[in-house]
Amino acid sequence: MSNGWVDGGGAVLVIAETRRGELRDVSLELVSAAREVAQAAGATVAVAVIGADSAKFAQALGAEGVDQVLTVSAPSDNFEAHVWQRAVTALIESEQPRLVLVGHTIDSLGFAPAVAARQGLGFATDVVKVSFDGGLRARRGAYGDKLQAEVEFPDHDCTLLTVRAGMYPVAAAGSGSPAVRAVELDLAGAARTEHVEFRDVAGGDVDITKAEFLLSIGRGVEDKDEVPRFQELADQFGATLSSSRPLVDAGWMPSSRQVGQSGKTVKPRVYLALGISGAVQHLAGMRTADTIIAVNTDPEAPIFGVAHFGAVADLFEVVDGIEKALEQAS
Amino acid sequence: MKIVVAVKQVAALDEEFELLDDGLGVDPDFLEWSLNEWDDFSLEAALLLTEGAGGDDHEVVVVTVGDEEAEEGLRGCLAKGAHRAVRVWDESLERADTLSVARVLAAAIERESPDLVLCGVQSSDAVNGATGVAVAGYLDLAHVAVVKALEFDAASGTATVQRELEGGVIEVVKVRTPALLTIQTGINEPRYATLRAIKQAGEKPLAVVGLSDVGLDEAAVSAAAGSRLASMAPPEKGGGAQMLEGSPDEIAARIVEIVKERLVG
Ligand SMILES: Cc1cc2nc3c(=O)[nH]c(=O)nc-3n(C[C@H](O)[C@H](O)[C@H](O)COP(=O)(O)OP(=O)(O)OC[C@H]3O[C@@H](n4cnc5c(N)ncnc54)[C@H](O)[C@@H]3O)c2cc1C
Ligand SMILES: Nc1ncnc2c1ncn2[C@@H]1O[C@H](COP(=O)(O)O)[C@@H](O)[C@H]1O
Repeated sequence: MSNGWVDGGGAVLVIAETRRGELRDVSLELVSAAREVAQAAGATVAVAVIGADSAKFAQALGAEGVDQVLTVSAPSDNFEAHVWQRAVTALIESEQPRLVLVGHTIDSLGFAPAVAARQGLGFATDVVKVSFDGGLRARRGAYGDKLQAEVEFPDHDCTLLTVRAGMYPVAAAGSGSPAVRAVELDLAGAARTEHVEFRDVAGGDVDITKAEFLLSIGRGVEDKDEVPRFQELADQFGATLSSSRPLVDAGWMPSSRQVGQSGKTVKPRVYLALGISGAVQHLAGMRTADTIIAVNTDPEAPIFGVAHFGAVADLFEVVDGIEKALEQAS
Repeated sequence: MKIVVAVKQVAALDEEFELLDDGLGVDPDFLEWSLNEWDDFSLEAALLLTEGAGGDDHEVVVVTVGDEEAEEGLRGCLAKGAHRAVRVWDESLERADTLSVARVLAAAIERESPDLVLCGVQSSDAVNGATGVAVAGYLDLAHVAVVKALEFDAASGTATVQRELEGGVIEVVKVRTPALLTIQTGINEPRYATLRAIKQAGEKPLAVVGLSDVGLDEAAVSAAAGSRLASMAPPEKGGGAQMLEGSPDEIAARIVEIVKERLVG
């Protein structure tokens, strides 16, 4: 076994992500992360893009600081986990990168762990910060982001990390002039699932992405029978009611009202979160709201890390108070 | 049909907690244990599949890599209808990373030769989101991650599943068994165990095995490790929220004021 990547040098390889013919933002965030580590480690940056029409993304991916764009031609444009697994494995073998960065996205979760397992790579997921200082380090959350862990990869010549979206700035597309190289890989027959169709989310009665004021409820409300009370409160308060995922999973709220990674991304003027812990997938959908107010009994709830105003209090007692205040004002 | 469900007993932090002296974890006195939320859904999915398949030639086996703390979770699964439980443990797994755990799980699952392996999308304490697909990697199984609907056609051995993508978009894909799926919350409504079933679960088989029983040793597991924990600490507090103090009524009045101010501005 080696001592890992202590001397620096070599290459950092980014695996770009596309969906239904569009480049996803996370790809250019990964470029920023790669550039930062490569600078500290004296390494080069290569970006690979996989798909039937991969060459069309080469120009956009050629951001400043990218040395090479590798285009890999795949049998289909649609992501297929086993095709990506074979392609990324082959790229690791041919390009010998020291670090491979992919997004902590639904697609990457579908293939990256299998690549790391089979190739015996250094590996960590949901990484919020990557650094190099005589060795590679990654920072990630623990216990639902109430703690942060630093992890190392001492015995690995190559490490694969999945990086959380929104942690690095989006590099300016097409701002550099890297070499573009087509990599021929044999991917025929690699697929083990068959794409049937995409289905878009049904509209629902209201569009929470248009609301200026969202009153958002989480698992802290605890009881289905309490939900109508929050709808009344929202009506009184001039707010639109939205929620975190568990209430949708339980069938207490329609899926059109879900805020977060697998729901809607909202940017209201005011987001009032009652009994929502602030899991990363929830924050992904609301962290850019102009004003965030959070009420939670747990002073360590991660939601307070993004809120502008917070109160450590029982949401029901606060709601009693809001109802009183609104009645007095009317 | 035989389905293996990998389940994990997860820890939640008490509101106040202390780190261990070596800074590599939380003092266990401040942890509360329960079965991982996602695993309730994958167990239910397995039970629904076998119950719906007709006949009685079916088995749902729950497998965990964990210390004694994990047995309560396994008993809960048995009470809900799993037929058998396996717990793999060795002291050396105390701080095992996701790939080491996957390596052990893969070895235990391989012995079962299941048609289907179900894992959760993620565990709420470690939040790797990786163990299931890593197991599929070791076993070279076909796999689909983040599944929020599942139909199985036994005659052709084909599962039609919905992958849940960002923004709630769904991709429908078909996969042939044997395969491994990672299951998302909301796919079903997990059942509760009856009191009688909880009592009877004590009589269902729960095997406790070591590394050598699944054909591994400490060296093989540590060779699989993908990372080493260097430190654990509370996150640096950024600017943070401006905290509203006072009685609930006072807090409420401030919230009403802030909302009015910000909506006009
Ligand atoms: C792939 C993937 C996609 C996901 N997509 C989404 C998504 O789009 N949206 C989403 O929300 N989640 C999503 N999740 C789930 C996410 O990980 C969390 O499980 C979820 O956000 C938790 O919701 P919550 O905060 O309401 O519940 P919890 O995390 O259980 O938090 C409840 C909070 O309420 C507080 N509380 C309890 N009682 C009271 C009281 N009386 N007064 C005040 N506070 C109280 C508690 O202290 C706690 O902080 C996704 C997960 C995965 C893996
Ligand atoms: N120690 C373990 N024992 C059994 N299954 C596990 C273990 N750790 C993770 N898993 C499985 O992998 C899923 C995802 O966990 P993770 O990759 O840790 O986020 C869980 O829902 C379980 O199905």
